[in-house]
Formats: sequence, C-alpha cells, structure tokens
Amino acid sequence: MSVSASSTPALSGAATSPAVVQQSATPALDKIRIENLSFFYGQNRALKDITLSLTENQVTAFIGPSGCGKSTLLRVLNRIYELYPNQRAEGTVLLDGEDILDPKQDRNVLRARIGMVFQKPTPFPMSIYENIAFGVRLYDHLSRSEMDERVEHALRGAALWNEVKDKLHASGTSLSGGQQQRLCIARTVAVKPEVILFDEPCSALDPISTSRIEELIDELSSSYTIAIVTHNMQQAARVSDHTAFMYLGELVEFGETQTIFTAPKQKKTEEYITGRFG
Amino acid sequence: MEPVAVRARALPARRKSANAVFQGLCYAATALGLTALCLILGSLLYNGVGGLSLRVFTEITPGPGSQGGLLNAIVGSLIMTVLGVAVGTPIGILAGTFMAEYGRYARITPVVRFINDILLSAPSIIIGLFVYELVVVPMGGFSALAGGAALAIIVIPVVIRTTEDMLLLVPNQLREAAASIGAPRSVIIRSVCYKAAQAGIVTGILLAIARVSGETAPLLFTALGNLNFSLRLTSPMASLPLTINQFASSAYPEWQSLAWTGALIVTAAVLLLSIAARVLVSKRSG
Repeated sequence: MSVSASSTPALSGAATSPAVVQQSATPALDKIRIENLSFFYGQNRALKDITLSLTENQVTAFIGPSGCGKSTLLRVLNRIYELYPNQRAEGTVLLDGEDILDPKQDRNVLRARIGMVFQKPTPFPMSIYENIAFGVRLYDHLSRSEMDERVEHALRGAALWNEVKDKLHASGTSLSGGQQQRLCIARTVAVKPEVILFDEPCSALDPISTSRIEELIDELSSSYTIAIVTHNMQQAARVSDHTAFMYLGELVEFGETQTIFTAPKQKKTEEYITGRFG
Repeated sequence: MEPVAVRARALPARRKSANAVFQGLCYAATALGLTALCLILGSLLYNGVGGLSLRVFTEITPGPGSQGGLLNAIVGSLIMTVLGVAVGTPIGILAGTFMAEYGRYARITPVVRFINDILLSAPSIIIGLFVYELVVVPMGGFSALAGGAALAIIVIPVVIRTTEDMLLLVPNQLREAAASIGAPRSVIIRSVCYKAAQAGIVTGILLAIARVSGETAPLLFTALGNLNFSLRLTSPMASLPLTINQFASSAYPEWQSLAWTGALIVTAAVLLLSIAARVLVSKRSG
C-alpha cells in the first residue's frame, strides 16, 4: 500500500528528525501560543498556569493520566467549553497573535478555523454527503458541482472516498466506527480549518482503524497544525513532533517527542512514560 | 458452597408458591385490562358498524326522529383539531426547545417543567371554563375559534413534554460536534438536534392530535355544538365528541345509533394515529 511508505518513519519514531532539520532551516512559527492559562469548572481549578506553543504544521501530543486536564486544554482552544455553564478560562490563547479568549472574537468563526475530532465518532443524523456539506455551507456558498468536488476532496483527504463513493446518500450512522471517525475527520477538513484538535480520536476504535487514523494524522500534519490528546503513549510517540506531559492540571514537561520519550528531564514524566503510575 | 442447581432444589416451597401467586396476579391483571378494551371495541363495532353508511359522511345531523349523518360533526372536529394543533404545536415545540436547549441550565426551566406537568394533567373541563372566560365572554358568544383555543391549550403541554424529552435524548457530543465546525446555536438546533429528535417530536404531535380529537369537555363551553353545517369560525360548531355526548343521552333511537357510529369513527381515527406514532418510533429506534 502506498500509505505505508509515509507512515513507516512515523512508526519507528524517527518522524521527528526530518522535522528538526526543517525547523532549523526555516524557523517554525507558533500557530497557537498559550500563556498562563487557567481553567475552572465552577470552583474547581482544572488547569494551572499553562504556557506552551503549538508549532505550525506540526503535531503536538498531550499525554498524562485521566483527569490531568489535557482534554480540558483542548476544549479551551476552540472555546467549546462555552456550551456549558459555570466553566471559565483565564489567561491568553493567541491564534496567529490574536487572543481567541477575547469575548469580542466570534466563537463560531473561531471554531471553523480550529476544528475538533472527538473521542466517540459523532456523525450527524444525515447522509454521508450532507454530513460534510453541512459544515461547508455554513461559511461557503458553493455551486452544486463545487460542493460535490469539496465533498470528494474531503473524503479523499480522510481516506474514506473509495469506501463510500457509491453510497454518498446513505446515512452517516450506517458506517462502521472507524469509517464514522474518518467521516468526522473529513467533515472537519472540509471546512478548511487551520488547526485540528483530536481528543482521543482512536480510543473507541479497533487497532486497524486506529492505525489508519494515525496515518491520516501524519498526512494531515503537512497542511494543518495538529493537537492530539491520547492515552496511548506509543501513539503519541508515533504521531507527534512535540509532546506535553500534564499532571493534575499542570504542564510538567514539554518538548520534542523524541526527547520526552528518551530523555525526560522530569522524574514524573519518566515515571509516567515507563508505566510506573497513571 | 454447593452448586446452584443443588441450592435451587432446596428452595423453600413458600418461595415457589409466592412466585406462582404473583405470576397469576400479573396474568389476571393483564387479562382484565385486555378484556375491558376488547369489550369496549367490541360493543363499539357491534353497535356502530350497523350505522356506517355513505350517508354518515354526506349528510348533516338530523332532527329528532329523522334520518341523517355526521358530516357537520366530522368537519367541525377536523377544523377545530387543525386549529388547536396549528396553534399549539409551534408554541409547544418552541417552549420545549427553550427548555432543552437555550434554557437547559436556566433556573426558570424546572419551574416551567413543573407548571407544564400540572397543565398536562389538568382536567380538560377546567380548560374549557378558562377559555370560556377568556374568549367566549369577550367575543360575546360560542365559536369554533374558542373551541380551537381550548384544544390548543391541551396540545401545548403534550408537545412541550415530548419535545423537551426527545431533545434531551440527543447526545451532547452531537451538539459539540456541530459547534466544532463553526455552526451557531440556532443552526445546531435546527439542523442537528431537530433531525435527531424528529421522529419523537412528530410522535408527540400525533399523540396530541389523538388526545384532542376525542376531547368533549373543553368544547362544551367553547364551541357549544351545532346541529347545522357551519364553516364559520366565529359561530358555534359541531364536533364528533359533542355530538356523541348529545345524541347518546337522547331518547331518539336514530340519534343513539348515530352516536355509536360517531364513537366508532373517533376511535378508529385515534387508533390509526397511535399506530402511525408507533411506526414512527420503531423507525427511529430501528
């Protein structure tokens, strides 16, 4: 298969080396800069003074035990937490230098720029085609043929086209779990975001579907800035350029994935990575 | 411990007999309920089918002692039911949407829910009296409009309840997913939540129609009834339940026979609606 060629270096954990070379050639841009970010569920402080950056067109993985705040951090980046009462973020999150936590920012436009893929596949109760066209229609007015093109492009991008091209008008919920998740990725990609957030995208999938999604993330990282939360450390090592280790709402260590996994500076990081807790 | 087969053999006889008694009671209760239902349907068929003829649908209610049909009552029922549902459904859906979506965490929502539950179980004669005071008295007379208003007040709580329940069943992940591609709240509700809850909400509306098409009490003080054919919304209007009420308690055999036939028609219509609702629900879960 053609995909295996691109994924092999990632699987061996060597994906970071070309990235490093690239980094020194052209200085990597900070797509998202998080400064002193704290987050509260009511009185409960779930994030404590997080400061870090997501590099443009690279994959940043967030690891840590359950409840450490990694998903919460992701949910701040597209302000999805605002759907619920009593949740509040403090600090600064800059997207291309603009503070997205500023209430004046249009959160819907922000969410179109920063897409998100969730733990459980969430196809909308409509056809495969409509699942993708729905999001595109929100901000683009395309002709019928342009829309067809956009849908096909998105499905190809999510490596789903060949499986669904003959049943685009079948219900999105009729697909298998792995296909549904790729549909969700296609849906996100179709809106043409700049950043894609993955919140444990493989935890409800079987190993084969998982490796397909990982290949996909690897491919997507050439055009998107990606953040991924994962419980699977091998996955973090396989797909990411940078890794952040979080514990009890704090950022314990952040650096290049290879460094974090081979020579962590903090004792806690090492203990977690070697499976001594968490 | 001994294997379960051995222990089960040692079950005290009392436990077994208690089981038999309860099982028997359950069967008996089911049989009783079904028997009542079958007797009602049976007597409706027995007494009503005889009077079924084309005349029932083409002629208006007769004077005492003469022949006629139920055309004015059927048309009146249809008009007032449509009025009630047309007014009550949008209000019910919007209020249910407020409670499940925009106002889900608002402090007023549990209060609204509580009041709505009271309205849901309010005796319908009281709703009739309420509309009498509110519509009939100011308008200076009984009217189909007043009847429709009374039926709308019965439709509203039913639709609010099912709309809220069905929207609450829509998983939050779906709302988050729609929000995460930049959909504003109104679009999320219209395009995703309504679609996911569609079958349930439609079922609620059908059940509301079934409920109001058999209501008599709220129409007594509002639409009053009319032995003549009338399409004027500002005049008293006939309806099937009202006609049944009037004719069944009369002394004329022609009227009594028409009352049976009218009862059969109402029951058949409600039955059809309930079946339609069932089919929709099974489609949703299937």
